[in-house]
Amino acid sequence: MLARVGAMCTVELQKLRHDRTELYTRAIQPALWLLIFGETFTRIHAIPTGGIPYLDYLAPGIIAQSAMFIAIFYGIMIIWERDSGVLTKLLVTPTPRAALVTGKAFAAGVKSVIQALVVVVIAAVLGVSLTWNPLRLLGVAVIVVLGSAFFSCLSMTIAGIVLTRDRLMGIGQAITMPLFFGSNALYPVAVMPGWLQAISKANPLSYEVDALRGLLLGIHAHLGLDFGVLAFSAALGVTAASLLLGRLAK
Amino acid sequence: MTDAPAAGPAAADAATADAAAEPALHCTDLTYSFGDTRAVDGLNLEVAQGEVFGLLGPNGAGKTTAIRAITTLLPVPAGKISVFGLDCARKRMQVRRLLGYVPQQLSADSGLTGRENVELFARVFDVPRSERRDRVDEALTAVDLTEAAGRLAGTYSGGMVRRLELAQALVSAPRLLILDEPTIGLDPLARASVWDCIAQVRAGTGMTVLVTTHYMDEADEHCHRLALMHRGRIQAMGAPGELRAELAAQLGVDPDRVSLEDVFRHHAGAGLTGADRPDEGGDFRDVRRTRSAARLR
Ligand SMILES: Nc1ncnc2c1ncn2[C@@H]1O[C@H](COP(=O)(O)OP(=O)(O)O)[C@@H](O)[C@H]1O
Ligand SMILES: [Mg+2]
Repeated sequence: MLARVGAMCTVELQKLRHDRTELYTRAIQPALWLLIFGETFTRIHAIPTGGIPYLDYLAPGIIAQSAMFIAIFYGIMIIWERDSGVLTKLLVTPTPRAALVTGKAFAAGVKSVIQALVVVVIAAVLGVSLTWNPLRLLGVAVIVVLGSAFFSCLSMTIAGIVLTRDRLMGIGQAITMPLFFGSNALYPVAVMPGWLQAISKANPLSYEVDALRGLLLGIHAHLGLDFGVLAFSAALGVTAASLLLGRLAK
Repeated sequence: MTDAPAAGPAAADAATADAAAEPALHCTDLTYSFGDTRAVDGLNLEVAQGEVFGLLGPNGAGKTTAIRAITTLLPVPAGKISVFGLDCARKRMQVRRLLGYVPQQLSADSGLTGRENVELFARVFDVPRSERRDRVDEALTAVDLTEAAGRLAGTYSGGMVRRLELAQALVSAPRLLILDEPTIGLDPLARASVWDCIAQVRAGTGMTVLVTTHYMDEADEHCHRLALMHRGRIQAMGAPGELRAELAAQLGVDPDRVSLEDVFRHHAGAGLTGADRPDEGGDFRDVRRTRSAARLR
């Protein structure tokens, strides 16, 4: 099982090594968010951040966002792999579906961690004072992997339900926006209307952002709860996606 | 008719393995439907160990569906399919360990090199790390891709991708190699080289091969035994020579003047041309085209 998960991650890293364009293009959007949105709102002082500069407050949110965007893409990728026959061949190997899904989820995590590193560097260049404590950074990696595992599995689960790329693209776009804006990535939950607060509480992205803020900025966070929610969501995601993976092979 | 006869003469000497051994593949009354479409309709099949068995039929005959049931991709009730005595529904993982599978579609991962594509399959089949390198090299050599192994598979020609897929299927040393239309869409030279690879590997390992094709000339040349499939059912089964001789005797003509296509037309009857059900995919035109192309060569 572990060997299989490792094999799937290796493949992902090999692909990334052959074609780095994705790494570069994916760095553009978070850079723009920090630069334009972050710098502007830092001046406006419109958002209560509990005394820290808005750019600092925003940076962990953008890490979580860019990791989520990478992960959400995995549903489209698995449909593409189905259409191209790559997935079909893997399903005829002695690899349990759960191992395939976990492998993909971890691969999404590994890619997201690389992305997170890029955003941390961009943020540092923009003058955000983030921690360099290796233990805390390790914690960041763990949180990002768990978060991405959940979102990639969510996306693969939906892929297993809708089965076609077109429908998934539509749904993918329809859910990423509310997931992002219905979280504490840009602003604290407290400023939201009540109904949105409820959504935000059920949104794993909020827990990911909370943990990242706690770890990177050293401010108060609910690390235990965050970790628990993310680990549980990831496990649930792997289970759901594994159960539906077979539908893609029919 | 659909009852599997004892292996034909060509198969008998090919099956060097213990004659009393389990058949490599056994299908009993296999049926599979997509909604109202009955793609496979009561398939009975027995493939002996060491045989090259061809499942032959026009597009839409149900070959791919049968293959996907055998490879555990489609859910099939227990008792329908067994591979080396293992039930495909009950012992899925064990069955998969015995299979090498090349699907109809060209399907190497274009973002990986040839070698990485093969390595992935060595890993998921648990080839021990110490042997992995040698086994991957061996598989790449067997399909003549050693030189191109470092290039991205996205840069390969169709024939090279097919050979790469063979290497992926072979690296786990399967006992039953399943090839779904391995030469479809390839030029004559690439087709010949794919068959060469298959023949070589078989000579080296004696592995059982189940291959589907709608190219009659290839089936005639490379298969020990054939099943002619049409509309989900097997219409005739036997060694290619036997099938031709049988029909020749029936018609009272010289066996050399009877082709496999004639045999097929004889068994499938009017339905073959699709005349009675014009909206269905069971069309044999491209087979005829292939044959005339083969003759022109
Ligand atoms: N996924 C599917 N959904 C619905 N119908 C299918 C599907 N796959 C195959 N069929 C139908 O089943 C029949 C047999 O198809 P197939 O097994 O692909 O034939 P062959 O491989 O011999 O060309 C055809 O009528 C085809 O349209
Ligand atoms: Mg087919």
